[in-house]
Amino acid sequence: MRALYALYSDPDTAQRAVDSLRRAGVADRQITVISSEPFEEYEFSHRDKPTWIFWIAASGGALGLVLGYLLASGTQRAWPLSTGGMPIVAMWPNIIIMFELTMLGAILATVSSLFMTTKLPTTKSRLYDTEVSNGRILVGIEEPREDSVEKLERTLREVEPRMTRITRIESV
Amino acid sequence: MNLEEKNKINDDLLRPVFQTSRWFYVIVVLLGVIVLAGLGSWLYQMWFGLVVAGIKWPVYWAFYVTNFVFWIGISHAGTLISAILRLVNATWRRPVTRCAEVITVFALMIGAMFPIIHLGRPWLFFWLMPYPSERQIWPNFRSPLVWDFFAISTYLTGSTFFLLLPAIPDFALIRDRTTGLRRKIYGALALGWQGTTKQWHRLESAMQIMAIAIVPVAISVHTIVSFDFAMAPVPMWHSTIFGPYFVAGAIFSGIAALILAMAVLRKVLHLERYLHPVHFQNLGKLLLMMSLLWGYFTFAERLTVWYGNEPSEMAVFWSTQTGAYAPLFWTMVFCNFVIPFPLLAIRRLRTIAGTVIASSTIIAGMWLERFLIIVPSLANKNLPYSWGFYRPRPVEIMITIATFAAMALLYTLFSKAVPLISIWELKAGAHPRPVLKPQMEEEVEGLWGTRS
Repeated sequence: MRALYALYSDPDTAQRAVDSLRRAGVADRQITVISSEPFEEYEFSHRDKPTWIFWIAASGGALGLVLGYLLASGTQRAWPLSTGGMPIVAMWPNIIIMFELTMLGAILATVSSLFMTTKLPTTKSRLYDTEVSNGRILVGIEEPREDSVEKLERTLREVEPRMTRITRIESV
Repeated sequence: MNLEEKNKINDDLLRPVFQTSRWFYVIVVLLGVIVLAGLGSWLYQMWFGLVVAGIKWPVYWAFYVTNFVFWIGISHAGTLISAILRLVNATWRRPVTRCAEVITVFALMIGAMFPIIHLGRPWLFFWLMPYPSERQIWPNFRSPLVWDFFAISTYLTGSTFFLLLPAIPDFALIRDRTTGLRRKIYGALALGWQGTTKQWHRLESAMQIMAIAIVPVAISVHTIVSFDFAMAPVPMWHSTIFGPYFVAGAIFSGIAALILAMAVLRKVLHLERYLHPVHFQNLGKLLLMMSLLWGYFTFAERLTVWYGNEPSEMAVFWSTQTGAYAPLFWTMVFCNFVIPFPLLAIRRLRTIAGTVIASSTIIAGMWLERFLIIVPSLANKNLPYSWGFYRPRPVEIMITIATFAAMALLYTLFSKAVPLISIWELKAGAHPRPVLKPQMEEEVEGLWGTRS
């Protein structure tokens, strides 16, 4: 993977850099913004906001509910023991098992979808700079066209001429 | 917030991870010795059998089950409180949440140990799990003890993720500041986290869902623990109020544990810049509310029993009011209500010291409350010929003390590996509130890609 990135000291400048890159004709999917904290109040952070994760969690919960019912009622029918005058498939106590497995299903589905959509865990090298941990914000372009690199470098530098550090990566 | 301020936060909160004082080793050794003494006592009990414990007919549930209920209650400190504060978007929660969530995970682990200790033959612990025997008979899903297994394992799973997911960006922070083996370990824990906008959104969405899911689970856990008692026809157990009574008590003791943990961390790790008096005041207000709620439940439960005047229940009632267990009962009332109430209600007294004193008495009082729910009822069952008395033996006392030491030890070791205040959440809390209007959000949604 080839990449070009700049590190900015504040989110205002990072936002300006993203806007400049767009004006320079870079597609949104090529722009990467990396920070050590979320910046809800900036437009660049609203990229990729829509998500199916809530529906996936709900589906996990529904699956858990069904499994809970099948586990409790299936085992009760498999060996029908009469207990305390309760029916063989006793729904009142089974609701507890169904509830717990519903929530477990929702929790596991949430965690799984978080990992799948963010492609974590990974051992692959990705665009990153340890300066991000010191509070800098990385604005990068992944796979820039060879003939546009010089222009993009200028675009990134012009946003904050004195402070910007530009790095080119030929392969990550 | 400029880069210098951000780095100051990083340095302050990562100091315990990177620097180790000799006091750390002293505390670890001291607590380790107590934990080892507890393990030794447990081994002694395994070798000689449960006869070395004080439990005997008719009181078969005593210290161990008290500890089980107590620690499960303490576990409500973290995830539940953290989830509620997250859902209501309380901005002051940010330095508090992780301190609280750690308590949940460790308290649950300790609490879940007690049914195993209580078994007497802990190597058969897998009998507690719902799986079919060789004759394909499953455990009875109508038994509250099986409900416990499902509730506690769901809560432990959820709480562990609730603690660890927001810790991933902090692991990445440590990864970037370390070298060698430490870098490899934290690199593995960070799972390759970069901090892209997509990752932040997914993490925050996941935490939101987890917060929504974990609140009913937490409530269900202590309700189900209360069902262990309420489903039995034992005097003063068979009560519809037990579910909410247990949940209120759990949140009450949980907040007290959280205040104590925060006070110790503030002092020992020098976190005065992050854990402010206002955090203690706000938690103190919550504690006051729970103290009143606990008092209300205790009164309602006792009044109903007294008014009903059932002979078997009155035997238990009087044993706690004027009989053998009365000193413990009135100590409990003092610890849970009489002492904390003025300390928390009078604003001038609701200081860090005031909330810590109140929390300390509440912890003691809530342990007594659990004991008084369990033992007097078993000691005074329906028929007088089955009455008895319980006196704890050194093995039980030592194991109980060791669990408190184990909690402190696990907390100390965790603080060495993970910052106990979520660094990225603290920084994000300093940002101005988002100003994007709904229609602008729609435009942004249209501008940036599709769902995934």
